[in-house]
Amino acid sequence: MTNLTREETEALIQEVVAVYPEKLKKDRLKHLAVNDQEVEQSKKCITSNRKSAPGVMTIRGCAYAGSKGVVWGPIKDMIHISHGPVGCGQYSRAGRRNYYVGTTGVNTFGTMNFTSDFQEKDIVFGGDKKLAKIMNEIEELFPLNKGITVQSECPIGLIGDDIEAVSKKANAEIGKPVVPVRCEGFRGVSQSLGHHIANDAVRDWVLGNRDNDDSFESTPYDVSIIGDYNIGGDAWSSRTLLEEMGLRVVAQWSGDGTLSEMELTPKVKLNLLHCYRSMNYISRHMEEKYGIPWVEYNFFGPTKIAESLRKIASFFDDTIKEGAERVIQHYQSEYEAVIAKYRPRLEGKRVMLYVGGLRPRHVIGAYEDLGMEVVGTGYEFAHNDDYDRTIKEMGNATLLYDDVTGHEFEEFVKRVKPDLIGSGIKEKYIFQKMGIPFRQMHSWDYSGPYHGYDGFAIFARDMDMTLNNPCWGKLKAPWKKSEDSSSEAATA
Amino acid sequence: MANIMIRKGETGDLVFYLPKKDLEEAILSLEFNSPERWGGELKLADGQSYYIEPLDAEPKLPISLRAKRM
Repeated sequence: MTNLTREETEALIQEVVAVYPEKLKKDRLKHLAVNDQEVEQSKKCITSNRKSAPGVMTIRGCAYAGSKGVVWGPIKDMIHISHGPVGCGQYSRAGRRNYYVGTTGVNTFGTMNFTSDFQEKDIVFGGDKKLAKIMNEIEELFPLNKGITVQSECPIGLIGDDIEAVSKKANAEIGKPVVPVRCEGFRGVSQSLGHHIANDAVRDWVLGNRDNDDSFESTPYDVSIIGDYNIGGDAWSSRTLLEEMGLRVVAQWSGDGTLSEMELTPKVKLNLLHCYRSMNYISRHMEEKYGIPWVEYNFFGPTKIAESLRKIASFFDDTIKEGAERVIQHYQSEYEAVIAKYRPRLEGKRVMLYVGGLRPRHVIGAYEDLGMEVVGTGYEFAHNDDYDRTIKEMGNATLLYDDVTGHEFEEFVKRVKPDLIGSGIKEKYIFQKMGIPFRQMHSWDYSGPYHGYDGFAIFARDMDMTLNNPCWGKLKAPWKKSEDSSSEAATA
Repeated sequence: MANIMIRKGETGDLVFYLPKKDLEEAILSLEFNSPERWGGELKLADGQSYYIEPLDAEPKLPISLRAKRM
């Protein structure tokens, strides 16, 4: 199917929102836009980071999800207490596939769930005593932990527990960092505020810990990877490229990261920022306080990788610049082979994306390297600055949707008829049942890594595996097949 | 009054950042931009202007400041 024109896309948006009541329609229209590369500022065409409308489906998370699930959770050698009732921690446990190295339960705790399991009496009488007790228990049972964070769930804010006081006391008792994080789920409109709160907690409780300690031997080539959560090993496949070009990666934030890496980050020379949405706050802070510049990069697909490697190298001397060229050269035959193999199978296919964080714009380059086209993209929880960065990446007259509702997304898909959809688990089965190939792009559909040259090979394979799977043609129920196909079956 | 941050962008120009609104905008002009006096009214690329109390010396960027919308 050919692409829609600008007028057709505008008409489609109007048609889709027509079912809404007047007020909701007016509100939702602000979140839906037709991309226009001429627009310099996204706020002129799209509104974002607003409260979701009640009564329509949204796939947003909460502040707790942003802090515990995204920013703090992957710090592997700290214990993150889900402070409050048991469900929040248990149902989000180990779902994000932040890979790490270590012995779980001994010196790393990434996939475990620690919770204060609030009962009625804790709501009535307060949970501070319980929290203090838990911390002592943790110290006794898991002595190799390097610190504790308290990730507040909604009731903590509602009943007004003083987790800061408990944390300070525990910190003095056990002599390890104890970080209270005020990331109650009801704060903000999406997980985005949780990222911000978590960043602020890192700033206030962790970052300055080694300010007067110069024992760390730094080199002129120290960098840190910020905002890579090592989903399926993403940070590892990024790290190898950076190390091959001669840089020394001091810290990984926060996939496969440790507390001491975070504490050492102020000693690096450059912060490499992958997920702008969730970690720009701390990068800006480090730029102001420690004078460490930061640079956004994109490790999806060879074109963007080469661009990013050169951009990163431009902050360093010639040895690193040569290193970047060497790395690109080294992998050239490899990625050319990947493109040669998969491009003919994927050429011209159209993709619609709806994810969070950085992916709705970052993966566009990888699809384009495979000859595919992204015809619609949207974020769950982006802000204006994300859309500013997206508009340039997307083609003209493509769809942009912010915090899309279930109804809108399905209708868009029915009309735009993409060959592939990349979104989350909650959308996966709906679209698969509609007979449309689908990739779960939050955690790479249990595959990965997708970052770096190694990741690109896996990305290309996965897209081909999904798109060209013979099952999609067999999804129509027998009684819904047209007359002639059934008569064919009868004669056969 | 709003907390803002001014930093040097990739091209060396001044960039204005207002965290509350996620507004990241190039600064077109700054009223006082000399080593003795720095600040005053600043004009943004999107047409807005803000006022920051002039500083006695050119600050080390980036810097967080309080700004008033004009």
